Amino acid sequence: MYDYTDFDEAFVRSRVAQFTDQVERRLDGSLTEDEFRPLRLMNGLYLQLHAYMLRVAIPYGTINPRQMRQLAYIADTWDKGYGHFTTRQNIQFNWPKLPDVPAILQALADVGMHAIQTSGNCVRNVTADHFAGAAADEIEDPRPYAELLRQWSTDHPEFQFLPRKFKIAITGSPHDRAVTAAHDIGLRMTRNMGGDAGFEVFVGGGLGRTPMIGHLVRDFLPIEDLLPYVESVLSVYNTLGRRDNKYKARIKITVHETGRDEIARMIEARFAEVRPLFGGADQALLADIRAAFAQPDLQSRSVADYDSAYSSNPVFRAWADTNLSAHRKGDHAIVTISVKAHGQTPGDATSDQMRVIADLSQTYGYSELRISHEQNVILPHVHKADLPAVHAALAKVGLATANVGLLSDMIACPGMDYCALATARSIPVAQEIALHFEALKLEHDIGALKIKISGCINACGHHHVGHIGILGLDRAGVENYQITLGGDATQTAAIGEKTGPGFAYDEIVPAIERILRAYLGLRLHAEETFLDAYRRLGMEPFKLALYGSDGASDAA
Amino acid sequence: MSRRFIPKVVTANRLREGDVVYLTADDQWTLHHHQAELIEDEAHAQLRLLHAAGQKLVVVGAYLADAKAGPNGPEPVHFREAFRTRGPSNYAHGKQVDLTHV
Repeated sequence: MYDYTDFDEAFVRSRVAQFTDQVERRLDGSLTEDEFRPLRLMNGLYLQLHAYMLRVAIPYGTINPRQMRQLAYIADTWDKGYGHFTTRQNIQFNWPKLPDVPAILQALADVGMHAIQTSGNCVRNVTADHFAGAAADEIEDPRPYAELLRQWSTDHPEFQFLPRKFKIAITGSPHDRAVTAAHDIGLRMTRNMGGDAGFEVFVGGGLGRTPMIGHLVRDFLPIEDLLPYVESVLSVYNTLGRRDNKYKARIKITVHETGRDEIARMIEARFAEVRPLFGGADQALLADIRAAFAQPDLQSRSVADYDSAYSSNPVFRAWADTNLSAHRKGDHAIVTISVKAHGQTPGDATSDQMRVIADLSQTYGYSELRISHEQNVILPHVHKADLPAVHAALAKVGLATANVGLLSDMIACPGMDYCALATARSIPVAQEIALHFEALKLEHDIGALKIKISGCINACGHHHVGHIGILGLDRAGVENYQITLGGDATQTAAIGEKTGPGFAYDEIVPAIERILRAYLGLRLHAEETFLDAYRRLGMEPFKLALYGSDGASDAA
Repeated sequence: MSRRFIPKVVTANRLREGDVVYLTADDQWTLHHHQAELIEDEAHAQLRLLHAAGQKLVVVGAYLADAKAGPNGPEPVHFREAFRTRGPSNYAHGKQVDLTHV
């Protein structure tokens, strides 16, 4: 993976020194909160419901064992012994104290990490396919491009005060695991007729209060045009984006109001101006970055140990069936470590768990790790013969839950248990759904299912693109949960449709059960997934299951 | 006739720790909601909020939250404020455990 150059190191250290001074001046009264707030947000520090929260970037979800151990150390030293992996491939610490934050940032800098641009109206952490560099279906590893974008966008003077935040996602595979359609810019690698790799460019996707699927503005962008083109998109948005209304300031609204064709034309016009200014330094840099992402030297040996464990150990087999994905090298596998044990908080890992993950990565995983936007941790390269040992080690620390891609592998934002913006809780809803269906032993029967829960309209929990989406709202001072069905986060992206009136906190789990029992009764066969069944049947049978024959129309 | 004023407490987060605190009638900051001053007059509420907002080295983000009288002192009205008196529901962290040691 990419290691900091002297330049990166100096930049991050100077930022830590700067912020250390700013914290001191806030604590001695030289800075008011109004003056300090934008400065702390630039360094990822929020004030939440019960405490400060520090959001640390994990660029494109890639992290090494040393960094993971340092996160564990930070959790133990300055927090409450755990961290929360987010849908933006970041990690959040929920309990730092303001005077300790400079020391935390120093500890992060010691391992080449930071919290810069994890907040504010700038280009945020660039996210990528969490199977990057390992997936069997990959055209190219997207991370060198993500790293190029990270370096270009960090402290970019033109884009520090955009109309609103800006999120870029990139995938190197035709199977979109990076939700590119729901980002301000989504980049999907593709090949042209001549076999050259390049990008399909989508602009104007986003979730939040006005969910939209991105529009294709370029069907083939050559690799060498990536930076000038992305800069052109940002430039058009920076000029055109609305600054009069925070809720209409994202590029999705700009695209919606301007029209896809006109935006595409403006981007191309700007690109014609910008392109000649790029003299090739970016391509030289890209070549260096590519070298840093050289593939590990994958070993070849017998998979007999895997085969024998698979046939003799049913617990291992269940885990292998759900938590492994196809690696580009046949005798290896991609391991998804489920950070979703039934009843636990989705995405929360204890410091002990982090250390075990780091050790496993080092011993069996070529020292590579990824964090997924689905709040799990990935060991991207594990030889199959080592999988029984990996599974056994994970089981000792509660990380061997065999549920990846199933009902309890839910995304849940922190919700009103932590977040100052939330309108309802998310985490206990996720916990109760997981425990309820675990007790019913229905999860494996239901099969592939994405439930995604957000505790407010800002949609950090991606509820719009969940097969079943749950949105927590405050209705007249009471928590109320709205359900959407049919969302899809992949290359066939779709925004879910509202079922009708919402449900009270104690009604939401039974409501989800009614939907899923209806699905089990209606599916053509066990291989027809919930999403497929919904697409075949439409909303009506599920509405009927939820509200009864006349409930929906009465309550609407 | 103007709408009846809903009683308020002044609440904020401590600058250094981030803890949720409430303003008492004798100008202290307390971790306990029931020890807060229950303000039943709108003009007085604004004065108390100004007083709180002036304490820039002690608290951040002071605001008025709806409250009601209870047997042991003011109680929160909205569920958000009720959560702020306790801490998160997924772990025994925050005031729900910290206050038992006070």
